[in-house]
Amino acid sequence: MNKKFQMTTLILVAAIGFPFVVSCTPKNGDADSAEGTPKVVKNVSLLNVSYDPTRELYVEFNDAFVKHYQKETGVNVDVKMSHGGSGKQARAVIDGAAADVVTLALAYDIDVIAEKAQLFPADWQKRLPDNSTPYTSTIVFLVRKGNPKKIATWDDLVKPGIQVITPNPKTSGGARWNYLAAWGHILKNELGGDLKKVNDPKFADAVKAAEEKAKEHLVALFKNVPVLDTGARGSTMTFVQREIGDVLLAWENEAVLAIKEFGTEKFDIVVPPISILAEPPVTVVDKVADKNGTREVAEAYLKFLYSKEGQEIAAKHFYRPRDKEIAAKYAGNFKEVELFSIDDVFGGWQKAQKLHFSDGGIFDQIYQPK
Amino acid sequence: MKWKFKQHSVLPGFGMTLGVALTYLGLIVLLPLSLLVWNTSSLSWSEFLKVVCSAQIVASYKLTFGASFLAAVVNAVFGFIAAWTLTRYRFPGKKLLDAIVDMPFAMPTAVSGIALTTIYAPNGWIGYWFAKAGMKIAYTPIGVFIALTFIGLPFVVRTLQPSLDDLDKEIEEAAESLGATKWQTFWRVILPSVLPALATGFTLAFARALGEYGSVVFISGNLPMKTEITALLIYTKLEQFDYAGATAISVVMLGASFVLMLIINMTQWYARKGKK
Repeated sequence: MNKKFQMTTLILVAAIGFPFVVSCTPKNGDADSAEGTPKVVKNVSLLNVSYDPTRELYVEFNDAFVKHYQKETGVNVDVKMSHGGSGKQARAVIDGAAADVVTLALAYDIDVIAEKAQLFPADWQKRLPDNSTPYTSTIVFLVRKGNPKKIATWDDLVKPGIQVITPNPKTSGGARWNYLAAWGHILKNELGGDLKKVNDPKFADAVKAAEEKAKEHLVALFKNVPVLDTGARGSTMTFVQREIGDVLLAWENEAVLAIKEFGTEKFDIVVPPISILAEPPVTVVDKVADKNGTREVAEAYLKFLYSKEGQEIAAKHFYRPRDKEIAAKYAGNFKEVELFSIDDVFGGWQKAQKLHFSDGGIFDQIYQPK
Repeated sequence: MKWKFKQHSVLPGFGMTLGVALTYLGLIVLLPLSLLVWNTSSLSWSEFLKVVCSAQIVASYKLTFGASFLAAVVNAVFGFIAAWTLTRYRFPGKKLLDAIVDMPFAMPTAVSGIALTTIYAPNGWIGYWFAKAGMKIAYTPIGVFIALTFIGLPFVVRTLQPSLDDLDKEIEEAAESLGATKWQTFWRVILPSVLPALATGFTLAFARALGEYGSVVFISGNLPMKTEITALLIYTKLEQFDYAGATAISVVMLGASFVLMLIINMTQWYARKGKK
């Protein structure tokens, strides 16, 4: 009886397992037949290490690029993608992941690669137009349908009883943009609507007072945060699937994706009157590309992001294109919003990172017991 | 007991087995751990203390050790009952139940974490009823405790089972026939003989919980000072490219775990020695 039972189990396991094994084994036959074709095709493989919310964008972009490059040069490119939290991805590259190009959420993460691994020069951001950022994005609010808590501006986020969902700025690139967007908004309010005063020594005292105010605001804001996920996708899930919170601070494209995925009948997007110009930059990883002999294709890949076709794909995926013409064509996708840049208000990423997000920085102080 | 180096056994002599064991242990365990300590040495002593004693990190030690300990205690009690049921009784579906015990071993921890969060979130099957009663489970320390209990259970059950199997029913019967009450039989006869196994199971569950990351971060809510576990803070430090800081916290965790394990093993050793 027992023997028989074992036998039956074995057969059952084999019967269930076999199709999996078969269907998961790559079909070698296909590759062989391709090699047999008379025309000699050169194959190049390219690894793009990117951050979380770009998955959908690069699926379409890679397809277009492969076709484009094949037509131009006759070379077959196989673009491989790696996605994950921006900081984690940067660390992977530092630790030796053979990325030919990196397309990360913020310049700071790419700076760190340059600094720690010296895979490309420190002034990498000057190598391509527009701060090496072919597309931009911004931070918007995703709210429950009909906006029951009437959330319209950054000021509404600090009201008691409002639950705000954002990831932890220490582990998420997106969350850093969220935080800095809120900070910039308050500075602007306190400085009488003129952010230019930030860099004007004449107003140093006023700026100092405004920064104190901003700090108070962020303390109040993070008091309203019930869950601090480690990444942007995690927060989206908390808001959408666990139904926690009244407002999700999200990348514009991530918010649109959430609506597309889960239905317009559940959520609305609120674009605040002012937000931050989020620049997720790109660069070739020189040393890796030279070693792999992929520099040419890597450069073409990034250049294609700036082409009309590349810009159009970015716009379709709700990244704001740099190209004026394409931007006009897709104007319906993007609401008008006043944007300030990290360089204008915070003096660049290195400074912002140090002041706000380093250990003992302002973000840490928010959570310190008084 | 005298030290004896020459013992007859099927495996070749003591020298060779010890050599293999030490090399293996050295390569697999000690080498990576020593690298950890090495990495920390880039910090000065005062920097090290500043990192490992900051309020946020101390709060996370409290949560991690507290929740892990509680989870191991609860697992010791309920794991004992489960192991008892599985070894002493025959009932339909026993094999299946036995297999289910191992599930937390086999599941990727992130999957367990997401599954637990789905159930215990305020809109989940169980979380909903608690939310109605005004109680939150997910995103509180209770959620952390639940995740740690989940992953720790098989350790207790699996270490207890063989020892309960070895326990003859006759001993219980003898105790009873000599006039022991049921409670006395359990307390004076059964428990002492399985105590070493129970302690091992407890230690394993506790140790596993201390280092757990995947299943906890989804359900904990990760609020600084409140629901951040130490493993998450290590990850956070890495995320900020602060390798030295991350390893410093790891070293503290490692030291604390090692001392705890040592204490538990010593008590066990004394208990066994006292019995003989």
